[in-house]
Amino acid sequence: MESDQAVMAVHGLRKRLGIVDAVAGLDIAVPHGSICGFLGRNGAGKTTTIKMLMGMMHPDSGGGSIFGESITDKAANVHIRQRVGFVAEVKEFYPFMTVRRMIDFTRAFYPQWQSQWEQRCLKDYELPLEQKAGKLSKGTRSKLALLLAFSRGADLLILDEPTEGLDPVATEVFLEQVVALAAEGRTIFFSSHQLNEVEQVCDRVCLIDQGRTILETDLDELKTRIRKASITFPESVPKGIFDGVEAKGLKVRGRSASLLIDGGREALEARARAAGATSIEFAPVSLKEIFLETVGGRS
Amino acid sequence: MIFRIHPGSGVPIYMQIVQQVTHAIESGALRPGEQLPTIRSLAEDLVTNPNTVAKAYRELEYRDVIELRQGIGAFVRANSPAAGQAEAIQKAHRLLAGAVAAMRRLGLSDAAMRRVFEAELTQDREVPEEVTNRR
Repeated sequence: MESDQAVMAVHGLRKRLGIVDAVAGLDIAVPHGSICGFLGRNGAGKTTTIKMLMGMMHPDSGGGSIFGESITDKAANVHIRQRVGFVAEVKEFYPFMTVRRMIDFTRAFYPQWQSQWEQRCLKDYELPLEQKAGKLSKGTRSKLALLLAFSRGADLLILDEPTEGLDPVATEVFLEQVVALAAEGRTIFFSSHQLNEVEQVCDRVCLIDQGRTILETDLDELKTRIRKASITFPESVPKGIFDGVEAKGLKVRGRSASLLIDGGREALEARARAAGATSIEFAPVSLKEIFLETVGGRS
Repeated sequence: MIFRIHPGSGVPIYMQIVQQVTHAIESGALRPGEQLPTIRSLAEDLVTNPNTVAKAYRELEYRDVIELRQGIGAFVRANSPAAGQAEAIQKAHRLLAGAVAAMRRLGLSDAAMRRVFEAELTQDREVPEEVTNRR
């Protein structure tokens, strides 16, 4: 089935920058038609990964493919770039060009240019056509970068912090546009620190930390699996009761304990009951809690 | 019919859609034979992933609540198990009214009751294995 095919896949990607392993063995697979959120703390290796995907940086080892073409092959990279719309972390344009000129200039390079997307973005983002690109605010630069990427008719969009500097109205516009692009059968891979927007539109998430893949899964599946257990004991939380339990974010406060579990609910329940727990509750968890408990506690 | 999703609630969005469509049928807001919004229009309305809406529709079809007709759209099944539950829902209201009154006598606050109710529900809100594995 086409929809199950990975449009983009990387395996064992590594890149050392100076003395830091910026990317230290990364695996990602993005299925056709999905909207995949690329998450991680500052310095986790997101931008370095994206630069390698775009052929702007060469991995030390490992590799990957986009539309079946190798990302490390210089000749293939030309083909890849024709089918990928890209928004870089640093949104820079020729400073002396006006917005209108910048759009005209970019349009000339892409025969697949989608003028309906150009019109939609101009209207939705209320871009100042006569302003010089060098004078644009951070948010407006993001909007222009999105217009240029979305209008190209690309099958895959790789966006590095596309909502940076956008106000809530423009962010909502961006999310609506991403949904419309996915409905057209395009695949979107974007990095973001806004977990609520990721939670709203993404069907896949890839969470990395210190250059490694921590989680790569369907968002729905993740939310079905992970539960926050809250357990209360009559006197105090027995010492060592959670030893050997696969859990994250264990907190003990007085007579109560809470922890995030990924499966193993029955075993935990049985163990807690045997130790005399008076109340055991399992609640769904937001992506923010999963993020904080998974990568927030590193030293 | 108006659906609303709460992305941060922890409940998967496709499951929220499943629950809301089911509720719309139970309450009569959607009737047997009626057509649901297309995947694309519902995705754009809710500003969520079309794949997520498609997954919700597949789940609803699996539960015999709706019928997917290739190239035409999604329709509420004539004998949808969710339909005609108005009476059962009335009964549930009476059951719960009794339970709520009893819990008030125990001195529970509204917030505590909600937690208890949520916790009870989570017990069987789990998606069955065969559903999560089917793609």
